[in-house]
Amino acid sequence: MRLATLFSRIAQYAFLVFVFLFIATPMIVILVFSFDANRFPTIPWGGFSLEWHKAVLEDGMIRTSFMNSLVVAGSTAVIATFVGFAAAYIDYRYVFRGKSLMGLAVAIPPAVPASILGMAMLAFLSRVGLFGSVSAIVACHVAIASSFAMAIVRLRLRDFPPELEPAAHNLGAPPFTTLMRVVIPFCQPALIASFFLTAAVSFDEFLIAWFVGGTVETLPVRILNLLQGQVNPKINAIGTIVLAISVTLVLLAQNFIGARATQRSGTQEE
Amino acid sequence: MNNAFVSLRKLEKKYPGHQAVRGIDLDIRAGEFIALMGPSGCGKSTTLRLIAGLEEPSSGEIAIAGRSMNGVPAFERDTPMVWQSLALFPFLSVVENVEFPLRMKKIAPIERRKRAMEWLDRMGLSAMAGRNIAQLSGGQRQRVAIARALVTQPPILLLDEPLSALDAHLRVRMQTELSRLHKELGITFVYVTHAQSEAFALADRIVLMNDGVIQQSGRPQDVYREPENAFVAEFMGTNNIISGKIAGRSGAFAVIETPLGCFEVPGERLVSGPASFVGSADRVSLSGEHSDAVNRVSGLVIGVEFFGSTQTVFIDVAGHEFRVQKPQHEIDALDLQPGREVHLGWQPAHAWVLPQAA
Repeated sequence: MRLATLFSRIAQYAFLVFVFLFIATPMIVILVFSFDANRFPTIPWGGFSLEWHKAVLEDGMIRTSFMNSLVVAGSTAVIATFVGFAAAYIDYRYVFRGKSLMGLAVAIPPAVPASILGMAMLAFLSRVGLFGSVSAIVACHVAIASSFAMAIVRLRLRDFPPELEPAAHNLGAPPFTTLMRVVIPFCQPALIASFFLTAAVSFDEFLIAWFVGGTVETLPVRILNLLQGQVNPKINAIGTIVLAISVTLVLLAQNFIGARATQRSGTQEE
Repeated sequence: MNNAFVSLRKLEKKYPGHQAVRGIDLDIRAGEFIALMGPSGCGKSTTLRLIAGLEEPSSGEIAIAGRSMNGVPAFERDTPMVWQSLALFPFLSVVENVEFPLRMKKIAPIERRKRAMEWLDRMGLSAMAGRNIAQLSGGQRQRVAIARALVTQPPILLLDEPLSALDAHLRVRMQTELSRLHKELGITFVYVTHAQSEAFALADRIVLMNDGVIQQSGRPQDVYREPENAFVAEFMGTNNIISGKIAGRSGAFAVIETPLGCFEVPGERLVSGPASFVGSADRVSLSGEHSDAVNRVSGLVIGVEFFGSTQTVFIDVAGHEFRVQKPQHEIDALDLQPGREVHLGWQPAHAWVLPQAA
């Protein structure tokens, strides 16, 4: 019986390790070969080198696309978090006609295939003359990312004690002050999480940026264009950088999604 | 009474499908400790929220310090409230919670901190000032909530079942503390509770509500001994209510004829008509031998319930359940087994005829 337990324990860990490797191997391969001196990823390793990372940093087009991605991700995160919070708060606070319709409308963007969404946005944006600019990409990314932002804030507002707002009014806070001093501080962990997650969504997004960006390239678009030309050893180096940024954003987001308001001072010290 | 600090006039609150408050007239004096009491859903909490401006009355008027409050939003009334759930802000520290209402009054940070610390000190919490709310015990949180409500030196404090979440021993300690605060501050306390013991222990005046209407308003001992109607008598939990009709007079007393027999009750003007009277459980004598009291009945013991220092004996008197409350040692001496026959008696002067017949 004890042997069986031991065996089961080992099997469980083995399975976990297997799943982890299954997910992580491609990323580990990219990471490892980005530091490979060889021009083409082959085994054995050609020795440690920062050559390709240097080449990436020196490539003007990559630098521009990286900056574009940062601007798009930053703007998207700010706007989507604001819009998501507003939508979640309205959903929490008020009962109105068409409320379920709003819930549905918010759920649509992540559910629609990105290619169709991209085409639709392209068609729309070229009509209004916003096509082919950083703001066009931001607008489209906000449309997708707001759904995520709203979902995160909504989750937090579900825990919002219903008496806190009347209690604030009772202590002399007008409605807007209550929003700023009570509702937003309560939602703060969710807002930070939403900021990082929507930034990650935007930073990783390729298809829509490719459709509506025109000549403006974000980093994922640049990577594909590089790949289409030839197999370029810089790809692994860019991949490593993108991976590092995305993983950092998602980890930060997760840290704040899990955070309770009561642990706030604890997380601030970290 | 024109010197009322809070006055409610024909106050009504309707919700879709039900009416929580149905026409309340009440004057609360400055400095009075008043308890709004009643079963859940009787409208007591709604009345409190109406005073605080957290609900708009459907009709009627509320005036505080002579000024009509109709249309005055909650944040412009100086009517802080202690909530049943406490409603402390979890994202603020203890001292920041207490500072919140001062911040709303735009008081400078240094002065604000000083005044908040004074209150924390007064509540014995100065060592906890920097803590998170989650790190405090239930009793400490209660004190923070009280400090937060009182830090602006309001003329009135509203309390909505503030002690119901506490353990029994803490509740008694907080009662003492509230009572002391009320004496020291001399401001008006309006206290909502469903617990008779809290209301009796604390309040100068009890307002007993049911179904959105005030049933009786008066000193605790008056509400207890001289209930206005059957609802009040029953809410006290210790009254035996017997209904019948006036059959005649016997000297200074009226004689009331009931299914349980004829009894003498006080009442000089009672001559005829239906009437109900109560015999308080603690004023009815209980013995194994026949009683020689003017009013007496006999019945069978149903059971005995332990209430701490006193015990309640339930007795079946011809299908009517009688309650008798006696000190534990007296009950023990009688050796009451269920089914045993016992005899009850009481003095005519100890009965109370309900002014409003059921």
